[in-house]
Amino acid sequence: MSFSTANIGTIGVVGLLGVGLYCLLITRNLIKLVVALQIMVKAAVLGLVAAGSVSGQVQLSQSLAVTVIVADTVVAVIGLALAVQVRRQLGTLDVGDLSQLRG
Amino acid sequence: MLLYALLIALALVCAIQAIRAERLLTSALWLAGVSAALSIVFYMMGAYTVAVIELSVGAGLVTVLFVFAINIAGEDLSFPPPLVPKPLAWALVIAAVGLLGWSALPQSAAEVPAQESTFAAVLWGKRGLDVLVQIVLIFAGVLGLLGLLAETKAPLDQSVAQEVIARREDELAALQKRVVERERELA
Repeated sequence: MSFSTANIGTIGVVGLLGVGLYCLLITRNLIKLVVALQIMVKAAVLGLVAAGSVSGQVQLSQSLAVTVIVADTVVAVIGLALAVQVRRQLGTLDVGDLSQLRG
Repeated sequence: MLLYALLIALALVCAIQAIRAERLLTSALWLAGVSAALSIVFYMMGAYTVAVIELSVGAGLVTVLFVFAINIAGEDLSFPPPLVPKPLAWALVIAAVGLLGWSALPQSAAEVPAQESTFAAVLWGKRGLDVLVQIVLIFAGVLGLLGLLAETKAPLDQSVAQEVIARREDELAALQKRVVERERELA
């Protein structure tokens, strides 16, 4: 396996996705969960841009990446607002304590 | 090529530090490091617009949002055991990463030079619908944020309610008195 741009980019994508997935599984802190999501979305954006640069369609990959970044920012804003409200109402950031929400 | 590898390694180290950090604020700052390293990679790959947006939005705006939220919510320094046992989490992550790496590596595509129109032509021409969706998404995000962070009105205080009742009774008594006087005048 030669260490071309495409291979290095793909290794970065796989590594970042792994780190984000591990954090998503292991953490119970609501704000940390948003951090994990951010890491995974950054991996997705890196994958898009690397694929675009390898296949010679940088501009198309850029326009897709911009959409992903906008959606990701909105998700981060809503997630953080939810975390703040949960902290205000329940006094905790622990996902395990959200069992009060059970019907 | 070495610079690519170094920057990707830097991004990975920053990501690992972000999930290992015990304080949330430190975690948010390491996340900004991931963004900064990746934006340099994007620039080197020729995606200049995304590099600028990633640096300003990913490393700037989102970090400010995180710091703001952590300041409001406060640090939660208790470390309860994870809901998923650690060995299971490791097994799942290794399986996912292994499958992904197995299907995606090695990349054999030959590098083709870019022969495209400008970014603006592609964004507004080919992907015009995406721009509309982004606008709708931003509006939905703003409305959702306003709905989530709206201050709920507290119920009326008992003393205030009683005060209102007392004032109404005073007014009623004054009115009755005036009616009685008027009747006396007429009679």
